[in-house]
Order: sequence, then structure tokens, then C-alpha cells
Amino acid sequence: MRHIISLLMENEAGALSRVAGLFSARGYNIESLTVAPTEDATLSRMTIVTVGSEDVIEQIIKQLNKLVDVVKVLDLTEGSHIERELMLVKVRAAGKEREELKRMADIFRGRIIDVADLSYTIELTGTGTKLDAFLEAIDESVILETVRTGASGIGRGDRILKV
Amino acid sequence: MELTGAEIVTRCLAEEGVEFVFGYPGGAVLNIYDEIFKQNSFKHVLVRHEQAAVHAADAFARASGKVGVALVTSGPGATNAVTGIATAYMDSIPVVILSGQVPTAAIGLDAFQEVDAVGITRPCVKHNFLVKDVRDLAATIKKAFHIAATGRPGPVLVDIPKDVTSHKTEFAYPDSVSMRSYNPVLKGHSGQIKKAAQMLLEAKRPMIYTGGGVVLGNASEQVTELAKLLHYPVTNTLMGLGGYPATDRQFLGMLGMHGTYEANMAMQHCDVLLAVGARFDDRVIGNPAHFAREQRRIVHIDVDPSSISKRVKVDVPIVGDVQQVLDEMLKLLKASKEKPDEAALNTWWTQIELWRSRNCLKYNRDSEIIKPQFVVEKLWEITKGDAIVTSDVGQHQMWAAQFYKFDKPRRWLNSGGLGTMGVGLPYAMGAQLAHPDAAIACITGESSIQMCIQELSTCKQYRLPVKIVNLNNRYMGMVRQWQEFFYGSRYAESYMESLPDFVKLAEAYGHVGMKIEKTADVEAALKEAFSPAMKERLVFMDFITDQTENVFPMVEGGKGLSEMILAEEL
Ligand SMILES: Cc1cc2nc3c(=O)[nH]c(=O)nc-3n(C[C@H](O)[C@H](O)[C@H](O)COP(=O)(O)OP(=O)(O)OC[C@H]3O[C@@H](n4cnc5c(N)ncnc54)[C@H](O)[C@@H]3O)c2cc1C
Ligand SMILES: Cc1ncc(C[n+]2csc(CCOP(=O)(O)OP(=O)(O)O)c2C)c(N)n1
Ligand SMILES: [Mg+2]
Repeated sequence: MRHIISLLMENEAGALSRVAGLFSARGYNIESLTVAPTEDATLSRMTIVTVGSEDVIEQIIKQLNKLVDVVKVLDLTEGSHIERELMLVKVRAAGKEREELKRMADIFRGRIIDVADLSYTIELTGTGTKLDAFLEAIDESVILETVRTGASGIGRGDRILKV
Repeated sequence: MELTGAEIVTRCLAEEGVEFVFGYPGGAVLNIYDEIFKQNSFKHVLVRHEQAAVHAADAFARASGKVGVALVTSGPGATNAVTGIATAYMDSIPVVILSGQVPTAAIGLDAFQEVDAVGITRPCVKHNFLVKDVRDLAATIKKAFHIAATGRPGPVLVDIPKDVTSHKTEFAYPDSVSMRSYNPVLKGHSGQIKKAAQMLLEAKRPMIYTGGGVVLGNASEQVTELAKLLHYPVTNTLMGLGGYPATDRQFLGMLGMHGTYEANMAMQHCDVLLAVGARFDDRVIGNPAHFAREQRRIVHIDVDPSSISKRVKVDVPIVGDVQQVLDEMLKLLKASKEKPDEAALNTWWTQIELWRSRNCLKYNRDSEIIKPQFVVEKLWEITKGDAIVTSDVGQHQMWAAQFYKFDKPRRWLNSGGLGTMGVGLPYAMGAQLAHPDAAIACITGESSIQMCIQELSTCKQYRLPVKIVNLNNRYMGMVRQWQEFFYGSRYAESYMESLPDFVKLAEAYGHVGMKIEKTADVEAALKEAFSPAMKERLVFMDFITDQTENVFPMVEGGKGLSEMILAEEL
């Protein structure tokens, strides 16, 4: 099953490689991994999307907790949560394609953030499935480039991951 | 007063009460060596290869229960140390490794003798640090010792760039460490302990299986008390030997791939299993699916949550320190009005005695060619079971484990998890330094001993009178055994040609050498080696043993624990 795991860790050089190294050394899947400092600059927050059987996920959580730099781990999938990913898509937009792409971006609540003579860059936020759906919806041949951040997640309501 | 980083290093080691630093100098650590020269709070032991420095520090930790310390230079010093670090990591041994690094400004520029020591060792340390600022040095070393020794122990590397050792700062050694990200759970969950005690009392076919965690956590007294109180059978893993007295009737011997018939059968057929500080290793339970076929309830005590339910699902997990958890469990059991089911227990013991009567470790005692098992048995007799025994890796390691009966913990030093050939001699050095008056025997093979043979020189320099018991079968016996069983006796590259004359070799290093070729001479040789006349000498005993001897019982890879091959079946 797909799991989305959030963790807080010391914002120290090498901390990221400990997590990445753990996944590769133990053969765990990693679909995406995002990381950035939090409002407390000494902490980084990471969101990892992984796939595995319940046993494997249990080991992943235990192994993450075992890393000395990791302060807290939460399997967001265990409760209600929100998940968002940001995607930037550069599309070929010339002539009547411009109108059509603008319309599609609106439907998906995307924004055109860069306009050039022959292209648009569209910013889109949502769950991974929504971003996939957008890419399906537009003509494959107009896609020039895509970049996605991978998912970030947060618990709903009073499910809070904090030190 | 301001101190240089190098002074801070030696001061920190003094503050930690370090007695020995095992090391080897080089450019990046010269400032530190200069400070070592000036101080006398600890002794530096100059090994002949950095791998041996870490092995010896690791052995010092195993034998003494304290943290071992090694010091190596950057680049090749650090890479040579890696095998030692990984060996300590796999067996959860507390060691602090200080490595030199190129100056901070040179890091990343492919400088002379630069390697990314933190990167290379990351997968085989409990934690590691690169100290970029001298002001962080003392606190980092403090943390390193703390992390190495607490929770599930393990090696911690501190990489120190050369400029950090010459920079100055005010020195203050922290009294304590507080880390929000590292707080091992030591006290077990009371509700779980209660459940476990209840389950133990309900057992009809109980079994206690203990491992390295009992030795590491100094809980052999508690294990023994528990087993005696309930009169339940006990088995130890290779790493757990000495955790329960081997000469006691309730002890069934080691379990696992080369475990005894009775231990493996009891493990497979018990209905309640108490696992203490043991990690259900693949060499211990064989095929997990086969193991799971039998219905049993499992209580598992371990300080590391990731050891629990990793390979085998357990019913009552208890995360905590063995000593603390067992103390609490003992209190409950002693206070309980319920007692174990005596009738069921009698039936169970009758069954176990039947298994035991297979006498699975028997071998030909009338052989004129020396049987390796015989040498180990005699060694046990002559040292009155009181020696600290180290071993290398191979058949001799298994015979040592099967035939030397360890009654106390920290007397058996070997590489179980990584299975590193070459540890035997440096382990003997570390053990001898930890216990200067103890008899130290290194049971090795002609192949393993050659992997760190250079340490004979270190033994000479520091007058380490270890006794080397070389079970010389002229083969990488363990490899040869697998080739005999599973590769149609095609002995690809598993013979040892052009062996040195070990007697002359020992003498060349300034030691005593003996060659023993007949069974009749075994006892006399051992007696002489362990006699007062040899008290100060390293004695290298080269026993020419039966080349065809195999280790039994044996559970083939992929087979179930109760599907052992026994000697008599061949
Ligand atoms: C050639 C060869 C053959 C082998 N054959 C066998 C064999 O037949 N049988 C066998 O048993 N092994 C065998 N081994 C060894 C095997 O590979 C493993 O190293 C060994 O079985 C692991 O022992 P253990 O389960 O006791 O765990 P260890 O590696 O000793 O781990 C200790 C456990 O205790 C926990 N722990 C540590 N401190 C504490 C504490 N204070 N409180 C609570 N828990 C703690 C740790 O978290 C860990 O889970 C062989 C090795 C070699 C090289
Ligand atoms: C460093 C290393 N290389 C290879 C091995 C694989 N190996 C395991 S046992 C063994 C043979 C050991 O031979 P010897 O020391 O003579 O012991 P014996 O089995 O003959 O008693 C080998 C090569 C190992 N464990 N460690
Ligand atoms: Mg051999």
C-alpha cells in the first residue's frame, strides 16, 4: 500500500543522506521525498511517499525513528490528512492552442505564471492524482517540460507533528 | 584557558576515563599524536593495521563492557578501519572511532588522502559526525560516547579535519548529554510485562532464547534467576553464549544453523517462547515460513524496536533494557500465586532429554589424527573453563562455540553478524589489555589467522601473552564443507597452499611456536602453553587437524530449524 510519512529531523548537513541511504540500503521503495527547513530553523520537515506491505512500512517507521538525527515520525496515512504537490508544466502554446490551454488550466485551478511567444508555464497544485489528470487531459504533444515537487502532507485538525 | 583541538581530543578521552586508544598515526592526526605524546592519562596501543585497531577496541569493549576507542588517520587510515567498524556495528558493540580528515578548506577538492569518511561509514555506524568547528569538538565527542554506549550500542565515528585540531577554543567538557532526537526507551511497558509473565506461567512447553543483548545489557544474572525460578530450558545464540551458564543442566546449548539438536527441536516445538536480546537472525531460525508452521506464542524483549517483528511476528513485544525489564518480570513472577504447570513441564523435559540423548555433538574420540573438537574440549579442561576465548570465522569458530562451555558472559568474543575473518588475534589483544591477568585463547584457522597475522608484532611490543590455538586443516574448512555438501565436492580455491611454517613465523616475531600433529600430544602442548613458565609469552600452537572433519548438526540454507543434518546420518 502507498504510505505518506512525515518526519522532523535536525537540520544538519548529511541528515538527508541518512534517510536516502536508509531507503536504498534496505531496499525500500521511495516514490517521492521532499524536504525543507521549518519555521524553527534547527528542524527540517520531510515528506516521504513510499509503497510497501504493512510489515515493511512498520520496519520503515522503526528504522526512521532509529536514525539519531530524526526527532519525530508520523505515518500520515494512519489518519485523515491533506496531501499537496506542486507541478510546473511548460506547454507549447501557439495560435488556437493558447485559448485551449488557458481553459484547461482554469478548469484545474492552475495559473499561467509565464507567458512567452510560443509557450506557457502553468502552475498547478493538488494531489498527485489531480496533477496526473491534468497531464492526461491536455494533448501529450504540447508538453515541453514538467517538474513536480513530490507530495507534502499534513494531518487534519488537531493531528499535529511538532517537537 | 584556550586549548587546541588536539588538546581537547586528549582531554575529552581523559574525561571519559579511557584507558587505551588503539591507533595508527598519519598526517591528518599528527597534532593529536603530538598531544598523546605529552599526556599520560591513557595508553596508546600502536597496531600494525587500522583494521586491527578497531577490532582491538571492539574486543576491549566486549570484554570490559566499556566503550572501546580507535584513532586512525584520513584516507587509507579511515578505509582500513571500515571492516572493523562494520564488524562492531553488526554485533552492536560500543566503539568510538576518531578519524583524521583533510583541512576543512580542502574538503571536496580531492585533496591528498581525502575520503568522505562520514559517507563511507554511514551505513555501518550507529551515528557519525564531521566536526567543522573546534567549538563543537568537545560536545561532539561527548555525544559520540553517549550514543555508542546507550540504547542498542554501536560504533560512532567522529571525523576531525586537521585544521580543527590546531584551532583553539575554551575547553569545557559537558557533564551530560541531552538530545531531543535520541532518547532510547529503557523501561519496559508494565502492562506488557504483566502479560508476558502471565503467558510464561501458562506455558506447557516453554523455551527461553537469549542473545547478545543479554551480554551487552549485563543481564545474565536476571536470565539465570528467571530460568531457575521457573525451571525452564534455555538456549543461547552464538552472540549470547555465556549469558546462561553452559554447564548447567537447563542449558540446551547453542541453537541455529550449527546449534544442538535439542536446542533447535525445543525452539521449533515450544508453545511459549521468551526471546531476550536476540534478533531472530536467519542463521538462528532457518526458514521463517517453516518456523512459523508451529503454533507458539512469543514474548520478545529488545531495546531496539526495529529488532522486534522484523523476521518473526511476536505476540508480546516489550521495548526496553533487558535488565530493567527482567527485574520487573522477576518481581511479578515471584509475587504470583500461580506456578508453572509441573506435570506439563515434566513431560516437556522428558521430551527434551530424549532429544538430548541423540548426543548430536559426538565425534570420533579414538582418532589418531587430531580432531578439532578434541582440542577445544581439552582447552576447556585445561583452562578450567575460565579463559576468555576469541575466535576467527569458520569451522573452528563453530567448534569453539559448541565445545567450550562458557559459564560467564564476556568470555566469548567473535564476529557473528559480519563474520569477519581476521578478528581473532586483534580480539585477543583487546581482551588481554582489558584483563591483564586472564588466560586468553584465540581459536583460529590457518586461513583466518593470516588476515591479521601482522598483529603478532603488536603482541610482542605490548607483551600480550595470548595463546593461539590454530586448528590447521589446510583448508578454508567452512567453505570446503559447503562445497562438499552443495557443490559436488568441487573444492574451488578453498585449499590453503604454501602455508607458512607457523612455528618459525611465531619465532620470527619473537614468540613461542609449537606444532602438534598427534592426538596424544594435544594435552601436553596445551598444558605447557598455559603453564606458569609461559605466563609472559605468546604461544602459537599449530594443531594439524583432520582435514575432512565437518561441523554438525547443520541446518542448510532455506531449510527449517528442525531439518538438521546430523553427523550419524552421513
Ligand atoms: C560461520 C557462522 C555461523 C553462524 N552460525 C550460527 C548459529 O548456528 N547459531 C547462532 O545463533 N548464530 C550463528 N551465527 C551468528 C549469526 O550470524 C548472528 O550474528 C547471531 O545469531 C545474532 O545473535 P543475536 O540474535 O543474539 O543478536 P545480536 O547481534 O547479538 O543482537 C543483540 C540484540 O539485542 C538487543 N540489545 C542490545 N542491548 C540490549 C539491551 N541492553 N537490552 C535489550 N536488548 C538489547 C539488540 O537491539 C539486538 O537486537 C553464525 C555466524 C557465522 C559467522
Ligand atoms: C574476510 C572474509 N573473507 C571471506 C570469508 C568467507 N569465509 C567464511 S569461513 C572461511 C574459511 C575460513 O577458513 P579457516 O580460517 O581456515 O577456518 P576453518 O573453517 O578451516 O576452521 C571463509 C573464506 C569471511 N568470512 N571473511
Ligand atoms: Mg582452515
